[in-house]
Amino acid sequence: MADDAIRCDACPVLCYIKPGRTGSCDRYGNHDGKLVRLDPHIVLDRALERGDSVVPFLERGRDWDGTLVSHGETFVTAIGAGTTYPDYKPAPFIISSQVDGVDMITVVTEGIFSYCGVKAKIDTDRHLGAECSTVRSQGEAVGHVMTSEYGSQMLSLGGVRHLTGGSRHEGTATCDALVNLCNGKAVELKIDDGAKVVVQAGKPPIVDGAQEERMRVGCGSATIGMFAKQWFGKVDDVVVVDDHITGVLSEHQAGKLLGVPETGIKLKGRRSTPGRYFHVAEPGTSWGGTDIEDPLAILGKFNAKKAWSGLRLLMVSTTGEHYAYFELGEDLKPQEKTLPAELRESVARIKENCEPALCTVLFMGGAGGSLRAGVTENPVKLTHSVRDALTRVTCGGAPVYVWPGGGITFMADVTRMPQNAFGYVPTPALVAPIEFTLRFADYAALGGYVGNVRPLSSIDAAEGQRRVTARSDNPWPLESAGRMKK
Amino acid sequence: MKGRAQIRLLPDRRRLHLHDGPIDLVVEAFGPPREIELAYQVAGARFVTVLDELCDELSYLRRACLPEAAWPHGSVARRMVAAVMPYATQYFITPMAAVAGAVAEEILATMVSAADLSRAYVNDGGDIALHLSARETFVIGMAERPDRPSLFGTTTLNAAEPVRGIATSGWRGRSFSLGIADAVTVLADRAATADAAATIIANAVDLRGHPAIVRVPACELAPDSDLGDRAVTQAVGELTFEEVNQSLNQGAVTAELLRKTGLIRSAALCLQGETRVVGILVESRMVATAVRERGLLHA
Repeated sequence: MADDAIRCDACPVLCYIKPGRTGSCDRYGNHDGKLVRLDPHIVLDRALERGDSVVPFLERGRDWDGTLVSHGETFVTAIGAGTTYPDYKPAPFIISSQVDGVDMITVVTEGIFSYCGVKAKIDTDRHLGAECSTVRSQGEAVGHVMTSEYGSQMLSLGGVRHLTGGSRHEGTATCDALVNLCNGKAVELKIDDGAKVVVQAGKPPIVDGAQEERMRVGCGSATIGMFAKQWFGKVDDVVVVDDHITGVLSEHQAGKLLGVPETGIKLKGRRSTPGRYFHVAEPGTSWGGTDIEDPLAILGKFNAKKAWSGLRLLMVSTTGEHYAYFELGEDLKPQEKTLPAELRESVARIKENCEPALCTVLFMGGAGGSLRAGVTENPVKLTHSVRDALTRVTCGGAPVYVWPGGGITFMADVTRMPQNAFGYVPTPALVAPIEFTLRFADYAALGGYVGNVRPLSSIDAAEGQRRVTARSDNPWPLESAGRMKK
Repeated sequence: MKGRAQIRLLPDRRRLHLHDGPIDLVVEAFGPPREIELAYQVAGARFVTVLDELCDELSYLRRACLPEAAWPHGSVARRMVAAVMPYATQYFITPMAAVAGAVAEEILATMVSAADLSRAYVNDGGDIALHLSARETFVIGMAERPDRPSLFGTTTLNAAEPVRGIATSGWRGRSFSLGIADAVTVLADRAATADAAATIIANAVDLRGHPAIVRVPACELAPDSDLGDRAVTQAVGELTFEEVNQSLNQGAVTAELLRKTGLIRSAALCLQGETRVVGILVESRMVATAVRERGLLHA
């Protein structure tokens, strides 16, 4: 009976919760076998925020729950606000609320963004594709491979060229991929002459069918430096296989300092500095992000003058996922043996030091154009106000990074927004929430639509609101706007 | 578990919000500021252990109440058993049917015994315990459906009347119902009494074997429900006027019985837009007015 039910341990009632149901508090539920916190009641609501960190939301209809919208504790997001594109009209909701006695104005609109896209960071050491390679979704070009970062690969997806500059199919496929990624859904991407990768915000990437688990602890050389002491005396040589820099203990500075004797080992690839090798194999999705299945493939013959029979060799990848232990026979050829218990610990330690591999999806968009006209009659004043930190910009209530320079070009982490915050129009273009929060006086000064300002309490059920609990790791949008005043 | 319960003033700086696990209370006291502060302090202090006390005896409280059953230890649990005991011989009822009202009562009693208040209420998700000193009144809103905030009427309670408890039950509410009433609101002398009675009356508003009523064993929805494998209402299709009347009449008979024995003072029964009132709702107005608290939910 309770086979698929899960036990909630949020409070001593310890409810058994069936899939799709909630516990007796109506606040925790079983969503696909996972315990999640839900708030049926997107007005970010702090009034009854329960202090626990918020977990994924589950949308349950849009009925008003009867709570009064209270001053300062509720923030109206732009999700579902609609828009007045082409923007010469005042934005759909211009809300006033009192915060610490200061009248705050939030101008809420859903922006239609053509100049927008996603910057995705994929935590993997596997080779996804060469820089500048085209990234495809549904067979259409939707972006390209950017730089490799430490333990990660950056992808640029979307942008105006893919959305509106190419064929109809290209635009639609791009729009689809962006909306899904921004709404936290999984999207399969294929990189030309590279890997197939499933990207989902906040989830591990799946590269060519294999789910990535951990980021590498460091490059091969760094790994030698970190673990040399733990290996010393337990093994005669260690090779840390890495697509970037493969490290060799006996030649590496760290080994030299400990007095590790030479072992006559010979690495393929190009030696950078002692104990550090570039390009020991081709990039791939196996050992340390290379294409090798057999680690011995990167070794040459041992130097007979230096090596000895019985020499103990550990080969391990930078994530600890791949490892093998060898001892040299009479012929000085490595023979695979079981990994001794005392080395198992160091391999486990490498694994343990690798952080969980995730995909991060940042929405990037520019609100420099006519959208500003929905906020004020003199659009450039809004840009100046954001620059001067009088106006706070949020995206579905989530904090944004506003790029320095002209316009209002911002980036925001989609996992910090309520679910399904994004939509699209057939242009194709993305519909994304954007909120501008500033003091009433500042709003009037920049030529705001003061006559259209309505109090928070006037937003009622008739306008179909969805209330969600504020995330405790997001700054409260109504705080600090205006207080940052220079 | 210390620090699990949350105690805070709502943003209006007047009402106190107490939350722990499935319990959410909104409390408001009226009187001199010093007395209000004192009342809120004792309410918070009493509240932090309530859920643990209930959970200590949870398996007992989830079993059907029988006349010969031993009494529980906790004071809230005792209020629960006292409220359901009058029904033990005739009906299936567990002490859990009165949990929300009993918690509200306990917190109200704590405040009133410590502080001198003109008025006070403890609202436990729609089950409300009231305190009124001489010549004071409360205006109460009644919802037609617990999941919707539209009010079908208001009623004014004054100190001369014995009513100090209000509760609402129905299949659309937070906990399961065996009947089909959208909402049954009960006024009684105490909140726990009202809570138990609302459950009994809402169960009585029913049409057995009607094809438009979807019922599911409670344990299939919530494996540890106190209702076990009893069929609880999950959906009610459109009923004819006669069917609505028939089931409301049935509920009204039960309500009238409870009124005559003094268990309740009055009740309002709602089903698909039709309403029956049993007993006199003093100074009631059956018109929609602005909503105050969240919909009257039976917890």
